Amino acid sequence: MVYALVGWLSFRRHSAYLAASIGATVSNTFFGFLRAYILIAVWKYKPDLGGYDVLDAITFSFLTQALIGPVQIFGGLDLAQRVRTGDVAIDLHRPADLQAWWLADDLGRAAHAFLSRGFAPLAAGWLVFGIVLPGPAQGAAFLLSLLLAVLVGFGMRYLVALAVFWIHDARGVEAIIRSCALFLSGMLMPLVAFPGAVGAVVQALPWAALIQVPADVYLGKRQGWDLLAAYAFQAGWALALLLLGRALTRAAHRRLVIQGG
Amino acid sequence: MIQLSEVSKTFPVRQKTGRLRRGRTLVTAVDKIGFEVSPGEFVGYLGPNGAGKSTTIKMLTGILSPSSGRVRVAGLDPSRRRTELALRLGVVFGQRTTLWWDLPLRDSFALIRHLYKVDQRRFAARLAELTELLDLGPFLGTPVRQLSLGQRMRGDLTAALLHSPALLVLDEPTIGLDVVSKATVREFLARINAEEGTTVLLTTHDLGDIERLCRRVMVIDHGRVAFDGTLDELRATAPADRTLIVDLAGDGVLAGLPDGVRLVRREGPRSWLAVPPDVSAASVVADVARACDVADIALREPDIEDVVTRLYRGSPAPA
Repeated sequence: MVYALVGWLSFRRHSAYLAASIGATVSNTFFGFLRAYILIAVWKYKPDLGGYDVLDAITFSFLTQALIGPVQIFGGLDLAQRVRTGDVAIDLHRPADLQAWWLADDLGRAAHAFLSRGFAPLAAGWLVFGIVLPGPAQGAAFLLSLLLAVLVGFGMRYLVALAVFWIHDARGVEAIIRSCALFLSGMLMPLVAFPGAVGAVVQALPWAALIQVPADVYLGKRQGWDLLAAYAFQAGWALALLLLGRALTRAAHRRLVIQGG
Repeated sequence: MIQLSEVSKTFPVRQKTGRLRRGRTLVTAVDKIGFEVSPGEFVGYLGPNGAGKSTTIKMLTGILSPSSGRVRVAGLDPSRRRTELALRLGVVFGQRTTLWWDLPLRDSFALIRHLYKVDQRRFAARLAELTELLDLGPFLGTPVRQLSLGQRMRGDLTAALLHSPALLVLDEPTIGLDVVSKATVREFLARINAEEGTTVLLTTHDLGDIERLCRRVMVIDHGRVAFDGTLDELRATAPADRTLIVDLAGDGVLAGLPDGVRLVRREGPRSWLAVPPDVSAASVVADVARACDVADIALREPDIEDVVTRLYRGSPAPA
């Protein structure tokens, strides 16, 4: 109940910034076009690269732009800043679980980001290129995959935020993670386009669970047992990262240095 | 309510010792302190910056665990039973807020109701009561980011007290507040302590808070308890000079100062004299009046500020 309310308050907190949402949506949509045209050029040269046809590639561009907000692929967690300034003292004093609290907060944020920023890039792609729109069953399958992607994303960002207890400043780590996210999630180029062993490795890393896997589910590339395998892959990473987060939370409690007095 | 014995807290601090090398030094923030606070007390916890006040508070609330020693708050070991303790404890960190920045004050309170498992009827009654005492009515629906510092602090106090804790711990609750807001907060705290019997531990740099509120004062310095007693005892422990202000008539010259009395400052006909605690002010007045032509004379008692300054410095301060 408490955590549901935290999620709801977080949703409302994020809706307080309308201008920021509009700005982000415009930017996400604009880059959707940019990426679509780049992929169109690539697919002209290699028409069935990675099992995608050119419409899949265009759809991929707009869809993954719509995922940036909810999965928060380029962002950190507010918690990192709170550890840095010492405001985490407030969080630690609450009779609540730190990780659950921030997960609830992040789910609220993701829900808001999906509803406010998710539809414009897809609508633009549909109007201009007639991108693939999923039916109800496909859409539901995609939403579950998106939820798992948000959990994996939270799991990673929570670890980075907690690292601030040890390294005192997350900006360096966040920059590294951001680069990884850019290359390894599929945001720059669909991971299916990566050749051979490199492709196999990047598709096994957690970043694939953020963008590539939900996109494949959306495009209907994962069906039947393969869809379950996709979910299992995402859920496995989510579980591993969340459990690691739990262990790190306990360690942080033990070796706590509250910064800023 | 609170028992500390032989409690220490050390932090490793990393420092650059060479171009690439880093050394670790241990900093002792709190050094074997011990004290007890009984239910219903209102205790001031004073100390200069870096003395160990906030560290103590974080150990009391269970956020930090002590490196050694024993801490008990409301009968519980705070760092082991942090969640359970939080339900019996209210904390306000003056420089931080527990309220949701972008949402109306009311929403933060609703969340606190669930967090602290207060049932709806008790919550409504308690909120109404605190709203009246702290005059929150006009801004309950205002987003916290739009509140003034004074309003926000009243909101934070309410948040800390909605679950009616037996112990309230305040870390600089009046910091940055104007005179009127300070007065409101002080009056409220005095009332909570007197009427509800809430035990209060207050850290502050504002000695006005202490004079107005605290029957008992603890001073911590360099991680140790330097003083623990009443305000009057504090004044007596570190006696400071009183100041005698003498206005001479005409162009007279000040004369007849008894031994030990020093001339501190002089401006035109007015002189400021430092009178040590062991010299009778009456005899100084008599001596000066006998020796020269005095137009007016006034005596100022040392204020608590001077006393504490001396205590912090650990040696008599020059007047």
